[in-house]
Parts: sequence; C-alpha cells; structure tokens
Amino acid sequence: MNSGIKKTTFGDYVIITLMVLLILVCILPVMNVISIALSDAGAIMRREVAFLPVGFNIDTFTTVLGDARFMRSLTWTAVLTAIVVVVNLTMTILCAYPLTFMSLKGRKIISFLIIFTMLFGAGLIPTFVLLRDLNLLNNPLVLILPGMISVFNMIIMRNFFLGIPDSLKESAEIDGAGPIIILIKIYLPLSVPVLATIGLFYAVGRWNGFQDALFFMQGASEWHPIQMLLFNIIENNTAFDVADPGATSPPGWGEAIQAAAIVIAMVPILCVYPFIQKYFVQGATLGAVKG
Amino acid sequence: MTKQSNLKNYWIRHWALYAMLILPLAYFFIFSYIPLVNVLMAWSPNNVILSVWETDWIGWANFERAFQLQPFRDAVRNTLMFSFLDLALGFPAPIILALLLNELKMPRFKKVTQTISYMPFFLSWIIVGGMAVTLFSGTVGTVNNIITNMGGEAFPFLTNPTSWTFMNVFIAIWRTVGWNTIIYLAAITAINPELYEAADIDGASRLRKIWHVTLPGLRPVIVILLVLTLGGIMGADLARFIALDNNLVRNVSEVIPTFVWRWGIQSMNFSLATAVGIFQSVIGMVLLLTSNWLVKKLGGNGFW
Repeated sequence: MNSGIKKTTFGDYVIITLMVLLILVCILPVMNVISIALSDAGAIMRREVAFLPVGFNIDTFTTVLGDARFMRSLTWTAVLTAIVVVVNLTMTILCAYPLTFMSLKGRKIISFLIIFTMLFGAGLIPTFVLLRDLNLLNNPLVLILPGMISVFNMIIMRNFFLGIPDSLKESAEIDGAGPIIILIKIYLPLSVPVLATIGLFYAVGRWNGFQDALFFMQGASEWHPIQMLLFNIIENNTAFDVADPGATSPPGWGEAIQAAAIVIAMVPILCVYPFIQKYFVQGATLGAVKG
Repeated sequence: MTKQSNLKNYWIRHWALYAMLILPLAYFFIFSYIPLVNVLMAWSPNNVILSVWETDWIGWANFERAFQLQPFRDAVRNTLMFSFLDLALGFPAPIILALLLNELKMPRFKKVTQTISYMPFFLSWIIVGGMAVTLFSGTVGTVNNIITNMGGEAFPFLTNPTSWTFMNVFIAIWRTVGWNTIIYLAAITAINPELYEAADIDGASRLRKIWHVTLPGLRPVIVILLVLTLGGIMGADLARFIALDNNLVRNVSEVIPTFVWRWGIQSMNFSLATAVGIFQSVIGMVLLLTSNWLVKKLGGNGFW
C-alpha cells in the first residue's frame, strides 16, 4: 500500500483545505483593519468595507502620524525598546554566566533563590507598594527597572552557555585568562544565536507591553508607551450600544482613525517577525529541551 | 598555610564572578524579595505597612472579607470557567494543528503556513482587542456588516455574556495556536523514523500511525505542558481580559487578576487585594506541585 512513491490522497486534500482556511483566518482580520484604515469614511459608514479598501486614501495615516501625542509615544516606545534590550541582555548575561561555573561556591543556593521567584510571586499590590516607596510611580524608569531579568530567559541562556564545551574554558584558563576575558572572547561570540533570540524576546515584549504603564503610570500619560496610548484610544472611541443598534450611524472617520492607529502600532512587528521567527523558534525549543 | 593559599587562589579565580552577580542579585532582592515582606499587609488593617512591630495584626479578616464579597466570588468563578474552557478547547488545539502540519507533504506550503500561523502571537492583546471590535462589534463590525448586507440579523458577538465568553476563548486560541505548535513539531522530529517504517510494514493506515506512533511520542511534552497549565488554573492573563472587556459583559469578564487591579490599585484597597493575590499565588503553587507529584507518581517525567 505504502510504496516508495507517495500519492496525494483524499486525506491530503482535506489537510490542504484546512491549512488554507487557517491561513485565511490568520490574515483576514489584519486585512480587515488595514482596509478600514485606508477606506473612505463614507464607505465605512455605508458598511461597504470588508477585506479590501473602498475609496482608497491615506488621510487617516497622515492625521495619526501628524498627532504630536501619538508621535511622541511612538518615538519614546522605540527608544525605550532599544534601552530595554541593551539593559536586559546585559543583566541576563551577568546573571547566567557566573552560574555556569560549577566551582562557584554558593551557586546552588543562588540558583534556588532565583528560581523560587518564578514559583511564588508576591503579587501586584506588594509590588505596587514597593514601587511607590521607591518613588518610581509615574517615573519612566518603572518601564525598565522591574523587568530587567526574565528568569525563563536567564535559564535558556545559562543552558546555552552550559552547552559550550568546557575544554574551551579550561584551555583559556591555562593561558591565564580570567572569567571576564573568557566571557568576552569565547562565550559571547559563540552565543550570538541565543543572544539574538533573547534580545528579540525582550524587544517584542517591550513593544507590546502596556500592563506596567496601566498599573504604575496612570498619572504620567506623557510617558505612556504606544500600546497604552492605543488602549486609551480604543477605550474612548468604542461604543457598545447593541441595545439600540439602529439609532445612530457610527462615525466612519473615528473607526478609520482607530484602525490606522492599530495598523501603525503593529507594522514594526509585522515587518520584523518573518525574518526573526527562525530565532524565536530556536528560543522556544531551547527552553523545551531542558524542560 | 595551604588552606589559606587555596582560599586566596579560589578568590583570585572567582571574585569577578561574584562581582558580576551583584547587580542581578540586587535586582532580585529589591523587586522580588522585598515585595514578599509587603505581603504582610494582607494580615493588617492598615493599607500601609508601618513596621512589623507597630501594626495591629487582624488575623485572617481580609481573607474572610474577600470571600464574603460577591464580586470576588464571581471573579473566582469566572477564572475557573475560563481555565476550564482553555483546557478543554485551547489545550488540544495546537496538538491537532501540529499533527495536521506534520502530515502536510509539501514542505514549501508547510513553511508558509507555519510562518503565517505564528503571526497572531506577535500582535499585542491591545491590538487583538481592537481588531476584535472592528470585526465583531454589533454596530460597526465587519462580520455583522456582511451578515446584515446579506439580509441576516446582527449577532451580538461581544455584547452577550455567553457569546463573549466563547469569542474570548476562540480569540485566545487564534492568537497562540500556531506558536504553540512549535514545541510539538520539535518533539515530532525527535521521534525515531524506524517506528514509522515498522508501522508501514505492518500496513498501518495514516490515522493509526498518528494514534500509535506520533501521539505516544508527544506524550512527555503534553504531560509537562499539562502540569504547567494546571498550575495556572487560578490565574488568568490580565491583558487578554482587559483588552477584550466591555461594560456589558463585566459579570463574566472579571477574573482574579483584573479584580486585584480594580480593587487594589484603582480603589486603593491594598490589604484586601494583597490577600486575594496571596490566595492566587498559594493555590497556583500548590496546584503546580501537586500535579507534578501526581505525574511522577503515575510514572511520567515530571517538570523537575
């Protein structure tokens, strides 16, 4: 029955059909929001827009990008993301690298204290009170400091470091190199894939993050990252009045503006992710191997 | 003398490592361990910890008050309901998708499908929430536009509590199903190809091979992910519930993390919200340890 040559069977067609449906389900919502952003407000009001723009124009984008508050938030989020990647990567390396030295006294207790934080968290309010006591509420630093090391990423990095042959380290030690030289000359150059992966995890997390701003920056809207601003835009524009659906036509322009803001916030991710997904896949499986 | 020089030698070789650890350890001490002291608020009437010595300890009053609050009981009920739906519908979804992708014979098409299915995972919950409204809103949503243009009647996808519940679960699956296949697909590639060859010789059909070779090969991964999922039953992703929330469904959309946020930060009931947070953390830890223990007891590989 199953000879060397594989024939396309009925089952294959079923699978192909399902996969095409999956692709459509993934892409159509994105095309929908892009189409609304690029459509004429009148066409939106007449309910003509679905998955392709009607009355193509880019007025919404010029309006949103011309808005000082939106632009400020967009640039700030880009700068913040760059800072977070550098700071978090540095801190994660500083934490993971010493823990790969089996001869380090206190290594086990330090590892336990770090992993325990993943198992039992104090919760939101005790953290909120701490940040208040540190005067970090409504301070832009609150978007950086509390999340500098993800224990999960640290373990991925440590496992990667542990995979580098000890003989390299030992021969460098015989040549008189200290731990810092070994890190810079041997470990970091060999760890580019894992550094890229974890750096991208941190970057996407920061670009998409808004909870810290929601919790800790209610009084400093000038420092709101883009997702927080977007949240406010969507909250204030959305009316759910199904109780009286035919009462007023929705203002198509508001819809289109909101859609444009959404598209602008997702464009950086959509542009980058197809190229970086290879690294992400590596990262996701790296974490799994060790379990 | 030798002991001293050994110590000196050790210190010369390791001081830099301790120096590197200073900043990370300070980070964990400040941002993870000091809040553990603030947890004491849960047993005190004051919203501020004066000091462990000065405060009046009121025992479990904050916990008792929380459990008497109807909104908190609703939040617990909703959290459990969504965890159950995620487990029943969301947990098998990536396994099924991974099996389908694995059966796809065209490598190019498979790659494209995978890449596209990862995309929703990279969109933030805020963006996904915004897109959900543009698609499914009762008055302006594209899907309802299509329905009404064809002469149908608008369906309250996001405004009826029951349909909102299922929309929430399906949107969460939409966002993560592709991404979550990665770990299963990686496990499938680790299955010994000889097993498939042996099954071929026995004349096994495609479905039988999936059932008798692929799925057993996935079992260790499934078990580990199940342990993690069970540990999270008392938790919920706050971003997901805030992004999809609206006033008409508040009685089903309030989960424990959103309750803590609303009652704790917005209404400043620090002590009460801290008690609720402890309740969630302790249950989560107990569930994680128990399910891990159970899996080991049943002969599987636990999480540690």
